[in-house]
Amino acid sequence: VRTTDEAVSGPEGPTPGNEPNGSTDHADHISPLRVILVGVAIVLGIFLFLLTFDFLRRPNANRLAVVAVAIVVGVGGIFFLYWAMNRVVDLFPAWLRESVRPYVFVGPALVILGVFLVYPVFNTLMLSFKDGISRDWVGLDNYRFVFTDDNMLRALRNTAGWLILVPLVAVSIGLAFATLADRLGRGEAVAKSLIFLPMAISFAGASITWQLIYSYRPQGFGSNIGLLNGIMIGLGQAPVKWLELKPWNNLFLMVIMVWMQTGFAMVVLSAAIKAIPDEIIEAARIDGASEMQVFRKITVPSILPTIVVVTTYMVINAMKVFDIVFVQPASVEVNGTAVVAERMIRWFFLLHNNGRGAAIAVILFVAVIPVMVWNMRRFREQEAIR
Amino acid sequence: VSTPAIPAPDAAEARAPGEVRKGRWFVRITILVIVVIWLIPTVGVLITSFRPENLVESSGWWTALAHPFRTAGWTIENYRLAITAAGFGNSFLNSLAVTIPATVIPITIAAFAAYGFAWMDFRGRYVMFVLVVGLMVVPLQMALIPILRLFTQGATLFGFWVFPDLDLNQSFLGIWLAHTGFGIPLATYLLFNYIASLPSSIIESAKMDGADHFTIFWRLIVPLSIPALAAFAIFQFMWVWNDLLVAYVFLGGAGQNRVLTVALRELVGARGENWHLLTAAAFISMALPLVVFFSLQKYFVRGLTAGAVKG
Repeated sequence: VRTTDEAVSGPEGPTPGNEPNGSTDHADHISPLRVILVGVAIVLGIFLFLLTFDFLRRPNANRLAVVAVAIVVGVGGIFFLYWAMNRVVDLFPAWLRESVRPYVFVGPALVILGVFLVYPVFNTLMLSFKDGISRDWVGLDNYRFVFTDDNMLRALRNTAGWLILVPLVAVSIGLAFATLADRLGRGEAVAKSLIFLPMAISFAGASITWQLIYSYRPQGFGSNIGLLNGIMIGLGQAPVKWLELKPWNNLFLMVIMVWMQTGFAMVVLSAAIKAIPDEIIEAARIDGASEMQVFRKITVPSILPTIVVVTTYMVINAMKVFDIVFVQPASVEVNGTAVVAERMIRWFFLLHNNGRGAAIAVILFVAVIPVMVWNMRRFREQEAIR
Repeated sequence: VSTPAIPAPDAAEARAPGEVRKGRWFVRITILVIVVIWLIPTVGVLITSFRPENLVESSGWWTALAHPFRTAGWTIENYRLAITAAGFGNSFLNSLAVTIPATVIPITIAAFAAYGFAWMDFRGRYVMFVLVVGLMVVPLQMALIPILRLFTQGATLFGFWVFPDLDLNQSFLGIWLAHTGFGIPLATYLLFNYIASLPSSIIESAKMDGADHFTIFWRLIVPLSIPALAAFAIFQFMWVWNDLLVAYVFLGGAGQNRVLTVALRELVGARGENWHLLTAAAFISMALPLVVFFSLQKYFVRGLTAGAVKG
């Protein structure tokens, strides 16, 4: 935590000479002209904003124009907001100015978080103790449902599988690839980019992509155009319904996420590997350490903190996995591929039961907390070292 | 394997040449195998999207590789259909209108906040910072319903309007604000790590020269933080562009403002196995993130790892 700031700015006092920003254009006098100019600019800005807000809602407006206006308003609006707030604070009496200004900087973040994260947490918590249409209190009924319903229990088991296997496999492959690519020399950047490529694809796009691998058609419904069944037929085997093959279908879905996330793990780990001083590795090699020994005794211990960070990130991602399962055309219940986040959306939006949906969301929240607390504690330790 | 401990400039030279060559081939082949496996699904989409409908439906995409120069086997008709008839042209524009502000707004807010937490002095600073960053624990899913209710009904507390009914549902402003709320905790955390580690001497000397906080932030902190800002911008851009959940909830499945991912999901739902259209549409949705990533990847790696590596 910084203390230098305090030392420089000194005590907030009424003497303008002590002000850190006691330059001429922030002098104590505030000319009426300035007040008027700032006022006019702000009123004009708000007026323009409301005008475009109306335009953006017009149903038959030209799409290109709407999109252009939206981008200008969105990007310009946020810059204008801070400029205007700062100007207004400049008009405050000198003794007040610098104690208000920090809130110009952190205030908007606090307000937005209050509305979009803090309030929803309490609201969801409340909803989870009410019935499906949020009218009557039902006590713990929704939680009882979460821990007794067959599909929910399966979802809990499946999610546990996701958050163990996906990070494990993705980080392992990522680490192996980063280590090997480091020795590749020419072509390293290209190879790394190609592994990272799926990271730029949406989950919706990825599941379409993987349909081309897993697709199955029964006899008489067209030829099998999925790659895996193409291989099966090539080998003289009967085609397989990959995504209905319980319980392996869960693994096949996890493969999609591993495919998408390995690139992220690899890029971050690769940067950490590059930060290990060359001399250490050279010295070990000269002393006769085999490549495997270098990897186990030097590389892994040096980048352990990074491995932990990446794994945590992936555990949380896997806990919240939703799209991959949700966009599958076949029934999640029949195939036994339910996961917690997918259950939550289904109960909220498709089965319109706010209480159960909220209870599942709370379970998700409670499950994430220990991981994050642990992460934050590590962050604090790091801060202390700094 | 023991080699004499002679100080050699390159460790590889200290080895038997045969062993080095064997190791190098092992590395090359392993890398090649992983890369090929990783590319197969994407290549499948790319090839399918350029094949005419009847061929897509009757034979696997890999068969096209057998005779790549047969011109009857290739077409761009799928892309034409997807952009015009299936409405992916409009959806592409909508995705831009959602993504660009939903990237710029949270980064701006988070950068101001990170500067405030790192370099300004005020009461409750530490508590507020912990609160902001601690909100990373809140899963997106937990916030959806209450926010949707705010957008459609507003909120009253003891009979007073705390949050007016602005009718933000299905509007760009609504989804920008939602993405902003979800993005700020991580953005503040990453940017704080970066901005707080800038040398205090430059900020002090700027203050000596009479610069106020706003000027220091704009003229000094922002230019110096470009790597971190760019890294988070790419991250947020790809996340918002590829997001299905938030767009589905706040912009809806139909209507003028629907974005690419939602249109893609609707296409899966509406037409069953229309592979030629689906793959072309999927590729349209991948194009921009790929361009953004490949043109800015050096920032991405440098910025995201700035915090992690130090640990």
